[in-house]
Amino acid sequence: MHEWALAEAVITAAQQIAEKEKLKEIKEVNIKIGELQQVERDIFRFALSQLKPAGFKNATFHISTAKTTLNCRVCEHTWLFSENKLDEDTAEAIHFVPEVAHVYIKCPKCGSPDFEISEGRGVWLENIKGVR
Amino acid sequence: MDPRTTVINERLRRTGRIIAVSSGKGGVGKSLVATTLALALAQKGCKVGLFDLDFTSPSTHLILGVKDVQPKEDKGIIPPVVKGLAYMSLIHFSGDQAAPLRGADVSNALIELLAVTQWGELDFLVLDMPPGIGDAVLDLVRLVKRIEFLIVTTPSRLAFETVKKQVRLLQDLKVPIIGVVENMKMNQAENIAQETAKLGLKFLAGIPYDAQVEDAIGDVTKLHDTTIAKRIRKVAATNITQ
Repeated sequence: MHEWALAEAVITAAQQIAEKEKLKEIKEVNIKIGELQQVERDIFRFALSQLKPAGFKNATFHISTAKTTLNCRVCEHTWLFSENKLDEDTAEAIHFVPEVAHVYIKCPKCGSPDFEISEGRGVWLENIKGVR
Repeated sequence: MDPRTTVINERLRRTGRIIAVSSGKGGVGKSLVATTLALALAQKGCKVGLFDLDFTSPSTHLILGVKDVQPKEDKGIIPPVVKGLAYMSLIHFSGDQAAPLRGADVSNALIELLAVTQWGELDFLVLDMPPGIGDAVLDLVRLVKRIEFLIVTTPSRLAFETVKKQVRLLQDLKVPIIGVVENMKMNQAENIAQETAKLGLKFLAGIPYDAQVEDAIGDVTKLHDTTIAKRIRKVAATNITQ
């Protein structure tokens, strides 16, 4: 599952922050997932639990979802990714590489593929909390 | 914090050399050089990956005649094997449709694929770069510690002047450059070889223009018999695997 690779990235990044901030025990890891990437939360959460190292044993992983907002660069129309009706293959392609949204999604107002993913793209590590 | 960049070098841990085939200019034959180099290394018994990073104008899939292959999903994305190469391209996800990506999107897609692709054990990973010294070059130099470049030019001054700028950038960034390949030579002129030496670089090959190449697009058996493939096999044997 592709979620494992993303979970591994989150754990590695969190470990790097813990090391930099000299945190011995991590209590909380706050992660934001952009709706566009359509990450399977259960798999992602399971992967995090399997991959977490010793210092993260008692850590709680908070995962929030960010709505994906798309802004057309041509006509300045703003819309939500969730308004697009996508077939399974298209949704899967965007799941693997969110930027291919530009291949399959067009501005509902002017038809341009030139839009900005202004919020809610993929996995983001917001912060970690722990004790020294 | 974007967590993806932290795992890129781990994903490439079991990859031997990482060679970016690049040029300051488009249309010089980077994709043909990258593809024939990857095939030449594989023919010598090496485990080779080919990664098409020209997201907006990919063409290695056309050269290889890639049809109906898809990556597998297993704790990441496992590239399909095409003609003996582990092969990754945005076309696995975009199909034959245009991918109109701006610079930030190119960076994001590049980081995503570097972070989630499970290449496994490789002797060589060949990267077919987009033209120029934009986001892809800068991101790769920043994110992939062991990257080295192989530069492609044509005899045209228009191509070589951009190559010089690219070489200066890479030298400033202290990135190793294997050397320069001159493609589509129309005569025996040696000015590119001489100019390459002035840059302190190795001139790897001068490849004559070969009208047969077009007929070999999509047919690897025919491609093996082209002048470009033969010359690149020699480059691989004398400058890369020795």
